[in-house]
Amino acid sequence: MQYIGENLLPGQLGHFFVVLSLVASLVAAIAYIKAANALVPEEHNSWRKLARISFFIEAGSVFGTFAIIYYIVSSHSFEYFYAWNHSSTSLSVNYLLSCIWEGQEGSFLLWAIWHSIIGLILISKGGKWEAPVMTVISFAQVCLATMIIGLYLGDTKIGSNPFLLVRQHFQDAPIFQRADYLSIPQMKDGQGLNQLLQNYWMVIHPPILFLGFASTIVPFSYVIAGLWKKDYSGWTKIALPWSLFSGAILGTGIMMGAAWAYESLTFGGFWAWDPVENASLVPWLVMIAGLHTHVIFNATGHSLRATYIFYILSFVLVLYSTFLTRSGVLGDSSVHAFTDSGMNFQLMLFIAVFFLPAIYLMARNYTKIPHVVKEESSYSREFWMFIGALVLFLSALVITWQTSFTPIYNKITGKTTAMPEDPEFAFNKIQVFVAIVIGVLTAITQYFKYKDTPRGTILKKIAVPTLIAAVLSLCISIFSGIEYNKQGIGFLGSIHVALFAALYAIVANMGYIWTGLHGKVKAAGASVAHIGFGLMLVGIIIASSNRKVLSINTTGINLAFDPKSKEKSLENLTLVKGLPTDMGKYMATYESNDSTSRHGTVMYFKVNFKNKNGKEEFNLYPNLIRNTKGQQGFSNNPDSKHYFGKDIFTYISYADDMDSEKDTTSFRKYPVNVSDTVFYSNGFFVVNKVVPNPNNDKYKFTSSDTAVMADITVFSKDGRQYKARPAFYVKNNQANYTLDTVFAQNLAIGFGRILDGGKIELEVKESTRMVPFVALKVYEFPHINVLWIGTLIMIIGFVMSMVFRLKQSNRLKVAK
Amino acid sequence: MKKTHIIILILIAVAIAVLVSYMGDLTTYDTIASANQKEGKFVHLIAKLDLKQPVQYDPVKNPNYMTFTVLDSLGGSARVVYHNSKPTDFEKSERLVLKGKMQNGQFECNEIVMKCPSKYKDDPNAAKKNLTSN
Repeated sequence: MQYIGENLLPGQLGHFFVVLSLVASLVAAIAYIKAANALVPEEHNSWRKLARISFFIEAGSVFGTFAIIYYIVSSHSFEYFYAWNHSSTSLSVNYLLSCIWEGQEGSFLLWAIWHSIIGLILISKGGKWEAPVMTVISFAQVCLATMIIGLYLGDTKIGSNPFLLVRQHFQDAPIFQRADYLSIPQMKDGQGLNQLLQNYWMVIHPPILFLGFASTIVPFSYVIAGLWKKDYSGWTKIALPWSLFSGAILGTGIMMGAAWAYESLTFGGFWAWDPVENASLVPWLVMIAGLHTHVIFNATGHSLRATYIFYILSFVLVLYSTFLTRSGVLGDSSVHAFTDSGMNFQLMLFIAVFFLPAIYLMARNYTKIPHVVKEESSYSREFWMFIGALVLFLSALVITWQTSFTPIYNKITGKTTAMPEDPEFAFNKIQVFVAIVIGVLTAITQYFKYKDTPRGTILKKIAVPTLIAAVLSLCISIFSGIEYNKQGIGFLGSIHVALFAALYAIVANMGYIWTGLHGKVKAAGASVAHIGFGLMLVGIIIASSNRKVLSINTTGINLAFDPKSKEKSLENLTLVKGLPTDMGKYMATYESNDSTSRHGTVMYFKVNFKNKNGKEEFNLYPNLIRNTKGQQGFSNNPDSKHYFGKDIFTYISYADDMDSEKDTTSFRKYPVNVSDTVFYSNGFFVVNKVVPNPNNDKYKFTSSDTAVMADITVFSKDGRQYKARPAFYVKNNQANYTLDTVFAQNLAIGFGRILDGGKIELEVKESTRMVPFVALKVYEFPHINVLWIGTLIMIIGFVMSMVFRLKQSNRLKVAK
Repeated sequence: MKKTHIIILILIAVAIAVLVSYMGDLTTYDTIASANQKEGKFVHLIAKLDLKQPVQYDPVKNPNYMTFTVLDSLGGSARVVYHNSKPTDFEKSERLVLKGKMQNGQFECNEIVMKCPSKYKDDPNAAKKNLTSN
């Protein structure tokens, strides 16, 4: 059948590029193997030339593929499944890129793009390591290209093609029996981008995170190259800046994800030990462990074997995280993993093709990797650095185990184990001790010298920072306190100790820049990164353990029908529109709601907070985003007020208009005279008088207006009295009427019109659904900024180190 | 034996101890019948909402209290009390994972994980339904 209106060229071109990149990277990989194994320089050069050309073609095709996907999404070519499933016409332009990485194929492509760029940089540096290192990277590009090739070998699916048409994806759907299927309404717009990803962090977080993932291949490739060429230590100077780069970028990517979670998810925090988060944290921890043993080796010749193991595992754990998050094994235990896409076997193979050869090479060469027989002195820097690296590594292993145990164990045994009662605590109670050990080691280790340190000098140098840190942490512990008593005194004690350790890391590293480096800032990258890391720990400890729920129902009323209301924390507070409600320090008022976005997809709620001290007042606009992809309902999007020392964080936990049911109650009309009585289900009301052109607290009419107001008193069965004052007026030649609502009685009274004979018509409605209200959750996060500032400083430290080491290795080259 | 080796061994022992203790903390997924047998013990209950029974939630009076009835695949039924706000589109959920304890014949729920036609994930069936509807 000839379908009308399809633009097939981009898809064909795109798929051609995918195939080309697969072939070109395969040629590049083989040519680089040949070049690496070549014995004669001429042979080496000619193979290398072929390899480079192939890699350029490969990189070009990857960019081409990406450009075409971007074109398809941005031109709203909904005949393509990728555009149809991940975008919509109503999406703002900023989020078009997010659509690309919402899908599996797009994120694989992003990964391939970064590999290409890294590859191009490595080629431009050239040198004897180019061929073996680029072999590994080209081979990784082969694997990534197979992920988006979308071929079927018999029944086995290899990769998933991002250029599939909707009609190819849903082959048996009846609408494709029409040649003009593109004119059918459901083909005119896409399913949209997941509402939770419509956040600016989601534009920048995935590229940075994937650059971090991609960069872990460089130290891995140098390790493989070292094992392959049996030059076990020749690469360690030039590879160090790459490891620093990887640590910096992966760390940034992870923390950007944390910032996204903090801003747009409602669990009230920046970290939830979700498997997806853990999957990116673990390779970072192992990379940092490797980085430290690497530095040890460059300075002393110790720990090279450990460095090899850490760099291999860091990359393999990136591959493992790809498997975890994309295979669907996480199913119930993660909120934001991908579903099973039928590529599990391929994903496992992806791990195996890198892990098994690496293990094999490592096992064969293990004894040949140089090591120092003499043991490190316990007064040496390398000894304590090694212990620190080991603790980081074990912490990573424990997190991996905790993350993958239940899904994998259940899959194998068919049992039904589940996460512990408090999954976050299961992680925290272990990692708090890791924080203590790492904090203290970060503080003291730089004061040791490599090889050996004169006895006595350490205590002298470390005494002052220790004292300062102890005093500081005692002050914080005593005066501002840690208000976290959910898990008993033992855990609380550990938090206090961890706080000390974190402060110790900060103070001691500041001190080291002063006393150890004599203020030489250029060489202080490590210390700066350590200060940043310490600040992050302080931020994490204070913000998470002192998080307060502000929206606690303190009124004590209206809770009668919950027998447990005394023991359960009542963390949601209902705000009736316009009614200031007591919320601890603040009076909170839900003022209005507004659907201001272009397509009505976002609903804002304006909530006013007035501090009872009268000095502070602000508005927050937590909102609801309409769910995309054909689902009904809304998702929460929190809003926060940022102060230097704290954040007030709020989201709508329930709004009456969140449920899609409509209010079906209608108004009933009552013609009445003054002093008539009207009954309603819960009492009656009396019309006291009719006031022309009222001028009071509610209405401001003057004698030149045409307005009448009914003054009504409502008497409820329980003896309470309420005032209701609906009005009727003419403005711009149009009749208007204002309802008055007695919220406590679920009663709305309107002034309908003026009837003959001095009568007026009142319109009365009773409904439980008419009181506009929201249930709100409000948190206070103290000192969350310390975490973000610490992250920034850590990254700056990484970059400083990188620049310093780059200069160092360039100087080495010149000296040679 | 080197100092580093001793420390490595100690750390590995600690890690193993930690992991073993973690195994002790693990809980289980249960049906209503098996949760009833483990009264007072924390479980993950897999069930679905009984739409014939009322879902009671009146946020104007108390936003932290809701009760509803669930059914499981084996035909068990239980009343659930949840001290928190009602999740969006609760009635449309296909499956519920309820974390909590069975107490005095009703399920005291601390947390609800809704398996809607998925909030975060692409659901091919939902997309297909969308395509072929109207």
